[in-house]
Amino acid sequence: MPKTLAEKVYDAHVVRSAAGEPDLLYIDLHLVHEVTSPQAFDGLRAAGRTVRRPDLTMATEDHNVPTLDILAPIADPVSRAQIEALRKNAAEFGIRLAPMGDRDQGIVHVIGPQLGLTQPGMTIVCGDSHTSTHGAFGALAFGIGTSEVEHVLATQTLPQYRPKQMAVTVDGELPPGVSAKDVILAVIAQIGTGGGQGHVIEYRGSAIEKLSMEARMTICNMSIEAGAKAGLIAPDQTTFDFLQGRPHAPQGADWDAAVEYWSTLRTDEDAVFDREVHIDASALTPFVTWGTNPGQGLPIDGTVPDPADFADEGERRDVEQALAYMGLAPGTPLREIEVDTVFLGSCTNGRIEDLRVAAELLRGKHIDPDTRMLVVPGSVAVKAQAEAEGLDRVFLEAGAEWRGAGCSMCLGMNPDQLKPGERSASTSNRNFQGRQGKGGRTHLVSPSVAAATALTGKLTAPADLKDTVTV
Amino acid sequence: MDAFTTHTGTCAPLRRSNVDTDQIIPAEYLKRITRSGFEDGLFKAWRTNEPDFVLNRPECVTASVLVAGPDFGTGSSREHAVWALMDGGFRVVISSRFADIFRNNSTKAGLLTVLLPQADVEALWDAVEADPTTEVTVDLKAKQVSYGDVTVPFEIDEYTRWRLLEGLDDVGLTERNLPDIEAFEATRPSFLPKALPVV
Repeated sequence: MPKTLAEKVYDAHVVRSAAGEPDLLYIDLHLVHEVTSPQAFDGLRAAGRTVRRPDLTMATEDHNVPTLDILAPIADPVSRAQIEALRKNAAEFGIRLAPMGDRDQGIVHVIGPQLGLTQPGMTIVCGDSHTSTHGAFGALAFGIGTSEVEHVLATQTLPQYRPKQMAVTVDGELPPGVSAKDVILAVIAQIGTGGGQGHVIEYRGSAIEKLSMEARMTICNMSIEAGAKAGLIAPDQTTFDFLQGRPHAPQGADWDAAVEYWSTLRTDEDAVFDREVHIDASALTPFVTWGTNPGQGLPIDGTVPDPADFADEGERRDVEQALAYMGLAPGTPLREIEVDTVFLGSCTNGRIEDLRVAAELLRGKHIDPDTRMLVVPGSVAVKAQAEAEGLDRVFLEAGAEWRGAGCSMCLGMNPDQLKPGERSASTSNRNFQGRQGKGGRTHLVSPSVAAATALTGKLTAPADLKDTVTV
Repeated sequence: MDAFTTHTGTCAPLRRSNVDTDQIIPAEYLKRITRSGFEDGLFKAWRTNEPDFVLNRPECVTASVLVAGPDFGTGSSREHAVWALMDGGFRVVISSRFADIFRNNSTKAGLLTVLLPQADVEALWDAVEADPTTEVTVDLKAKQVSYGDVTVPFEIDEYTRWRLLEGLDDVGLTERNLPDIEAFEATRPSFLPKALPVV
């Protein structure tokens, strides 16, 4: 029977299948961070259980970590206690940990691929919804809750129901200045925050095939924002080239065997998807969100919508509530929205390519004097690479702040937060109320829109710059 | 996990869609390493900033059934959202659409999520707003929600229903299949990575 890529990966991991029960799925890699794991380790201790496969488990510190003075003790005692709990648990259960200051530390979804731990055909879980990022390699990767973290620690498996299959096909050529972030924001705006529920999304088509691994990760990362269980992309030569030579990538005969297997990981010609969505890449423009969920986005050429234009009462109420929170008037051109802060980073857009794109726009220029810009590399390795390329100098000379690695202002569990009423253009993944700090207002954007916005202080497409900024 | 068979209580009508887990419990409350006491963070921003927010209304203080708009529980995978609802006194959430991870987390902690058509949710909202003392009975054995003279059936997969009715934890169930796990592990290809440090 013809199968989709996701079905192939799923089927290869079924440990046990019985009528009337969920399948038991084997997990190849379990990534752990400090926020969603302490109660799971406590559960193991209470039941007298051990971690079944510490060798398939890796932990890092990312959500709470400060991005300034990273070698000093964490000032917030509650954050510090959570980090210390992870260190104690990792030591007690024999799990490798990349703590603050370690060369392998970083956002959990940045370090997995960077170390070569994320490979095609694997099942990968983490107590974090953005685990879908790893699907960029053709892995079946999804976020889980703390009870499931405990389950995977104890058994290296998870009970699962077979997900439905969705194809999002993006064909054509992306216009200049339009990136993977714009693609995924457009997809979410089209299918909605619940459009992917119960489905795994396979992104395919000529525009996807041309994307770098970093860009593919950006797209898969936000699958959860469309409600999908996971997102994935068939592995190809771009994937293999990215992986070869990384610390945990197979070597020698193992590499050849792996590539042979990975090359079979493609959706069969006549496989059937439960739902198909088509996007014309050439029609896309830079995309920004105006509301309080990631589906509330528009091309930057647009204006803030008017609740009166929505016939459905529920939708109208949603738009009214979003505009009230965001402090926006209907009909305002998106380009006229002024921001206080620009955040470049996160598991969505905190990789080296994202920093390069933004630095290129900022090179030799200075950001708007009333705007602050935080640049937070996704990992220590990304930071080191950027510094080796001189990108830190570009950011600093442009007036931006160059910080240590972590989740930072994506969710404000560390001191990097918006103040009440402050407005950001952010390359992160969620514009929920208060996400970046109590009362903070978030507009989701791509790295190039973030950089252009930092230069002008208003939401700006990179193509606008020649008219508005003097070098 | 405590077993869930049937529950009767009053409702909090939350007329909002896309209630994300950041609203249910903001990130600052996720720094705790315990598994209880999350009620202080439940809907913190709305409770603080909106005097008329449904959970601030005196008639909803003892509500144990939350009736929400579509796409409840979107966003972060934080199971703390489920814990906060339970610590805040809720045993059931009714909505026409739930985010997958939230719904899955609920089944692990013993919070029942009931999927009803939006029209039935609207009818329940109207009934509860007309009379806040309306008691709703959610019967997992009979798979139905009833209030006044209204009875609405709901669907739930049989395996999850059985686990909830019995109050069973997954880990213990999976451990019964240890031989299958061991057999599977013996077949895993050698090229798969280990997370141990590379020397």
